[in-house]
Formats: sequence, structure tokens, C-alpha cells
Amino acid sequence: QELDLDERFGELDLRNDSDVPDVPPSTDSTPEILKRALSGLSARWKNWWIRGILTLAMILMFFLIIYLGSFMLMLLVLSIQVKCFHEIITIGYRVYHSYDLPWFRSLSWYFLLCVNYFFYGETVADYFATFVQRREQLQFLIRYHRFISFALYLAGFCMFVLSLVKKHYRLQFYMFAWTHVTLLITVTQSHLVIQNLFEGMIWFLVPISSVICNDITAYIFGFFFGRTPLIKLSPKKTWEGFIGGFFSTVVFGFIFSYFLAQHQYFVCPVEYNSETNRFVTECEPSELFQMKTYSVPPLLQAVLGWESVNMYPFQMHSIALATFASLIGPFGGFFASGFKRAFKIKDFADTIPGHGGIMDRFDCQYLMATFVHVYITSFIRGPNPSKLLKQLLILQPEQQLDVYKTLKSHLVEKGILQPSLRG
Amino acid sequence: CLRGPSRFLAVLAPLSRLQESESENKLDGETASDSESKSEFGGSAPAPTSDDTPEVLNRALSNLSSRWKNWWVRGILTLAMITFFFIIIYLGPMVLMMIVMCVQIKCFHEIITIGYNVYHSYDLPWFRTLSWYFLLCVNYFFYGETVTDYFFTLVQREEPLRILSKYHRFISFALYLTGFCMFVLSLVKKHYRLQFYMFGWTHVTLLIVVTQSHLIIHNLFEGMIWFIVPISCVICNDIMAYMFGFFFGRTPLIKLSPKKTWEGFIGGFFATVLFGLLLSYVMSGYRCFTCPVEFNNDTNSFTVDCEPSELFQLQEYNIPAVLQSVLGWKTVRMYPFQIHSIALSTFASLIGPFGGFFASGFKRAFKIKDFANTIPGHGGIMDRFDCQYLMATFVNVYIASFIRGPNPSKLIQQFLTLRPDQQLHIFNTLKAHLVDKGVLGGLEDA
Repeated sequence: QELDLDERFGELDLRNDSDVPDVPPSTDSTPEILKRALSGLSARWKNWWIRGILTLAMILMFFLIIYLGSFMLMLLVLSIQVKCFHEIITIGYRVYHSYDLPWFRSLSWYFLLCVNYFFYGETVADYFATFVQRREQLQFLIRYHRFISFALYLAGFCMFVLSLVKKHYRLQFYMFAWTHVTLLITVTQSHLVIQNLFEGMIWFLVPISSVICNDITAYIFGFFFGRTPLIKLSPKKTWEGFIGGFFSTVVFGFIFSYFLAQHQYFVCPVEYNSETNRFVTECEPSELFQMKTYSVPPLLQAVLGWESVNMYPFQMHSIALATFASLIGPFGGFFASGFKRAFKIKDFADTIPGHGGIMDRFDCQYLMATFVHVYITSFIRGPNPSKLLKQLLILQPEQQLDVYKTLKSHLVEKGILQPSLRG
Repeated sequence: CLRGPSRFLAVLAPLSRLQESESENKLDGETASDSESKSEFGGSAPAPTSDDTPEVLNRALSNLSSRWKNWWVRGILTLAMITFFFIIIYLGPMVLMMIVMCVQIKCFHEIITIGYNVYHSYDLPWFRTLSWYFLLCVNYFFYGETVTDYFFTLVQREEPLRILSKYHRFISFALYLTGFCMFVLSLVKKHYRLQFYMFGWTHVTLLIVVTQSHLIIHNLFEGMIWFIVPISCVICNDIMAYMFGFFFGRTPLIKLSPKKTWEGFIGGFFATVLFGLLLSYVMSGYRCFTCPVEFNNDTNSFTVDCEPSELFQLQEYNIPAVLQSVLGWKTVRMYPFQIHSIALSTFASLIGPFGGFFASGFKRAFKIKDFANTIPGHGGIMDRFDCQYLMATFVNVYIASFIRGPNPSKLIQQFLTLRPDQQLHIFNTLKAHLVDKGVLGGLEDA
């Protein structure tokens, strides 16, 4: 009797984790150069050096991209998103041995394309408003954007239904769900990262560096002082590392934002200049980035010896960001550890020697991106004025007139507008 | 009652392996009544589904043969559901909203229960609590957004509501994070995979069930006609396709649902388009259906009273020459909305069934007959609503793209939160635009 793959995996699901066979160990992808240079050292130190060198290399690349500007950063975020998606989907294939479903790989990439198209159309199009106004075809795409995205998605959905094959139903549904959850995690969050970026590069840099700093300082504190284990999921983490990392990250965030807040390049919202066809970051720095004098509370006065201190209001916000990065960010890491244990994999992939896959580096960042976005929309900025204007201009003339009258009465009431005949 | 389906599953599993070809043909997930007919043909009969048919019906139909009895049970329940539908429409938008909410919760419960049965994960006590907690969070988030949009003046009046709505996203995110952290802390060695599966299962279910029920409520607020016409088109397509299939069905449509036929599909399509045209004609005449639902601050209740928009005013259309000879009329008076209803019924007939195929595939994948046993003769609530979900999203996207523009009151709300210099800038730009269009005279103090 033909073995039903669904049956086989159905039974697999019901069994205990320990019955699941291990995935074969990852291949060593360390470049030859490094291997030769470090051939003298023992295995343990060799690992240390490899990790250290790669860490420095990644940080340098980060600085380079920042220097190159917002557009390159956007491209970088997009590539990371695609790579993370690829890594997680590949794990799904290995777990379910579903390479034999050829349709499914195309469908997963198609859904990735659809969702990206939808998000880029909703968010990025707003920032390129002046660019878009000039071109007729783009106008059409923007106006009916939701409908077009939905139609594209539906096409994928129908293709999925038509591709269902007897004996593989369960597998196919699993991969469908796996793809959607992965899209939810990687794509939505990468777009939130880009939106934060457009708000001002500082909103992109400070959170990401806080998470990286927390990783590194928690590791260092744990290495020197670590004694009490933190959580069963990650036996290497300790409470000493956790708390030490928390304080260092807050201090780091505080100091780092002090330096960044001085430069317009980091502080200004990214705008697209249609004349020069480039991104510009030039503006009058908002209140957040203007030095203010704060009086030090009496408690700290005795300790620090100062009566007042000059700082940027943004630094207060950076404390909130750093706190989140240290206290809640690690949960993203624990989630990823649990996931790796559940599916018996050591790393998400072998992309970075000594570190594993891209996903391994970015697992804590995802919660951070959403938090920063929610933080900005709740506490920092109101709605986007240009988007509001765009929507006002789409209304029917009678509606526009109504809105105009309401706005006018409001402005007059507030004293912003003088009630004169000439308006 | 909850263990019932899992017992059924356990007994059905070996049976299905023995009689794979037969069960594939019969297990199309269409009717609960099939389980009884299967036991007539099959060898070792599985434990029959608990018969939910009320005693009354059982006694009334005790004389008829099993097959006709099933027909009658289905028929009576169908009529009961349709009557129920009319009653709640009569009762108004608030009751409708509550019904949508209940249906959503029941669907969520059904799908999660299937997940538990598939993975035998009743022994993870935390998880049931967490699933319901996530349902609560996501509903809180969506209802908060809806309430903020539609009940703006009410919200601004009450102080606690105002703060809740200003920081709504932050509060929702904090609530969700709490659930996420609880999940991470609840991970138990040896059960990681199960727990991740249930986490994924919960999130996909939330994505499907909760987002779409909120889209339905948005459609409802647009005007009850945008709620009633799509739902009735899907129901009509179901019934018509079944009837056409019954009388003329010959060519099978898709392997997933062997009972569907091309004749049923095409016949259902034409019948539904016609039905949609007629239903919208009748409904467009009444304000209570065509007007957007609004919340009246003074009376603290929902009102549906307005000047009907262009869509719901009769217009003369010239019939294309081709149809003139057929119908014998030169012009016809119809509502513009009826043209839109053609688009809606086309979607309901052509793409809506894919939602049904998806649900059939899902049931086959997890070897279940029906989502649950809530409605005698029909299965669970999810069985009745599987085609509706795609429809709800389509209607919402359709309205947003082709019918209405942005909501003016929402724009005013956003305007009021801007800084004064931004407000002035927008005001001046709008003024210049209006003057340009000639809507506003240059010197007029409107």
C-alpha cells in the first residue's frame, strides 16, 4: 500500500520532540584565508578569533552603509529581509522534506513579492509623492494600489488551491501556513524598520546599536561575572550578564544619542528631492534635538556635583529605547532559541562563519523595530502632514469645502488664523 | 462533547487507510449526512457523529427514510438560518455587530479545537489560556481602531476613553508583548515543537478569522447594503450551484470537491448575478440600507438617516444595441449600485468557491469531516462561513478603491493632532486648491 506522506508526518507530529531525527551538522564555511592565518592556534581560540573578526567586519560594513546614505540602507534592509525569508523557508523544507513539491517554492517567492509590493506601495509611495505626481502610469497604480495588491494575492491563493495534491494535503497546508507566518514576521518588520529610517536615521541607528551593544555587553558581563542561569532555554545566559548588559546599554544609548543628535544628517527626516532626484536630509532640527537645560534632581546632585545638565530631549527617549532593547529584546532571542531547539537545528543557516545565519543576528532586532515604530507613532510624531494633504485633495469638492470650513473655524478659534475677510 | 471529535478522528483514521479510495470520494466535507450514508456502505462502521438534531425534528421525520430525512433536516435548518438572518437585520446594526463578534469567536474556537485534536495538545494547559488571550488582544486592537474612527466625538468627550484612544497602539502592543513573553516563558522541554505549532496555528487563525470579521464590520458601517448583498450572493451561489448541479450536473469541477460540477458552477454564476441585480434593486430604495451607519451623540444610538448618495439614485442608462433587440427596451432605469452588484456577485461565484475548496482541502489534510457539529445537518459555523471570508476582504478593498475616498471626519481628527505651523500650511494649500478649482471665490469669506 502506497505510503501516505501525510500519514507519516501526521504521526511524526504526535510524537515527542526527542523522536525527531536531528538535521545533519552544518558545513564549515570559514573562508580559506582566515583558516590559514589562524592555523597555529588551538580550536577554542580559533573560534574566538573568527567570531571577533566577523563581528568587526559586520560593524565596519554597517558604518560604510550609513555613510553611503538612506537609499543604500533601504536596499540593505530589503536584502536582509529576503535572506531571512529564504533561511526560514529552507528550514521548513528540510523539516518536511518537501522539496518534491516544486510549485511550492515558486508560490512562496510569489507571496513574498506580493506582500512586499503591497507594503512598498503603501509606505514608500507617500515619500515619493512629488516624483509620482509627474507620471501618469504611476498615478493609476497608486490610486488602485490596494485592489491590485489584493488581486495579486488572490491569484497566488487560487494557484495554491489548484496545486493541492492528493496525499500531500497536510504538507502543503503546513508550508502555506509556514510561509504566511514567516511573511508576517520578516516582511512587516522590515517595513517598520524602513519607516523608522525615514523618520530620521537616528531612529534607525540608536535602536539597532542598542540591541547589538546589549548582545555584546551581556556576553562580556556573563563571561566575567556570570553565575546564576537566566532561563532554561538558553543555558549560557546569566542574570549577571542580563543586568550588567541592561545598565551598559542604557549608558551607551545615552552617550551615543548625544553624539548623533548634533548632526543634521542623522536627525532630519529623509525626504526625496524631485529636482535633484536624490534623498536629502536637511531641515530645521525639531525640538527633540535642541539642547535643553534640565535641573538635576537633588538626589543625583549630591552624587554628580552638578546643578543642571545640558542634554537633548531625545536622550530621554533613548533611555526608553535602550531599556526595551535590554529587557524585552532578549525574548526575541529566546523565541529563536526555542524555535531552533524545536526543530533541532543549530543555526538558521551558515551564511556568516562563526555566527550562523542572518536570522541568528537579527532575531532580537525584530521586536525592537516594531516597538520603535509604535513608540514614534504614539509619543513623537502625529500623522504625516503630506499624506494628510494628499488624502484631502482626493476628496469630493463638497467634502473639501466642508473640511475647509471646519478647519478654518478651528484655526480661528485657536488664534492661529486671524479672522479677516482676506482669510 | 469536546472529546467527541477526537474519538471520531481516532476511529476514522484506520478506516480511512483501509478504504482510501472510497473515503476520498465520499469525504468531500460537504454534508454531515454523508457520514450516515457511508456507514451504510462501509464495512466496519465508525462511531457515528453525535446526532444533534433536536428531538422535535427527529419525531416529526421518523417515518421517512434516512436520505429524505437528511434532506429535510438540511432544508429546515437552512430556512431557520435565513429567517434568523432577517430578524437580526431588522434588529439593527448594533445587534449585527454583536452577531459578527459571536460568529468570529465560535469560528476561532472551532479551528483551535481542531488544532488541539490534531496535536493532542490538551496537556499544555497554558496554551488554551494564551490562545484566548491573543484573541482578546487582537480584538482589542481592531475594535479600538474602529471605535476611534467611528465614535470620534463620543471618545473625545470622555476622559478615560480619550487617553485610551490616543495611546491605543502602544497599549495594544504592550498587551501583545505580554502574551509573547508568556509564551516564551512557557516553553517546556520535549514539547517545543508542539508549542511552536500551536503558536503558529493560533496566529494564522487570528489572521484569517479576526481581520476578516473586522472588515465585515467596516463594510457594515459603510451601509447595511454592503453587508447584506455580498453575504446573500455567497449564500445564493451555494444554493444555486447545488441545485443546478443536482439537476444538470455531469462534468466534475475539481478533484478536491467531487460533488461540484461545471454545470453547477456556471449555472450558479448566472443565477447569482441575476439575484444580485434584483436584490440590490429592491434594497436601494430604502434609506435604512443605503445610508452609512452613524453614531448620534445626542441620542447615544445608531442612526441610518441621510441623503442617499449618487449610487442609490435612479438613473437612465442606454441599453447597448445588441441587447435592445433582445429585451425590446431602449433605456432602462436602474441604480448605479446595481452595476457594482454585478461585480460583487461575479466575485462571489467565481472566486468565492476557492475559499470553499481551501476549507475542503484543509479538512482532508487533517482528516476531519466537518469543522464541528454546531448546526445539525450542516456541520460547524466555519463550514457555513468559509466562502464568506474572501468575500468580506474583496468588498472592503472594492469600497476603498472604487466607491469612497478617505473619510473626511477621520482626516479632520488627524489634522487636529498636527502642530500649528503644519495645520496652517495644510490649510493654505487646501485653500489654494479650492480657489484654483473655482469651488471657493478668492475674496469670499466662506
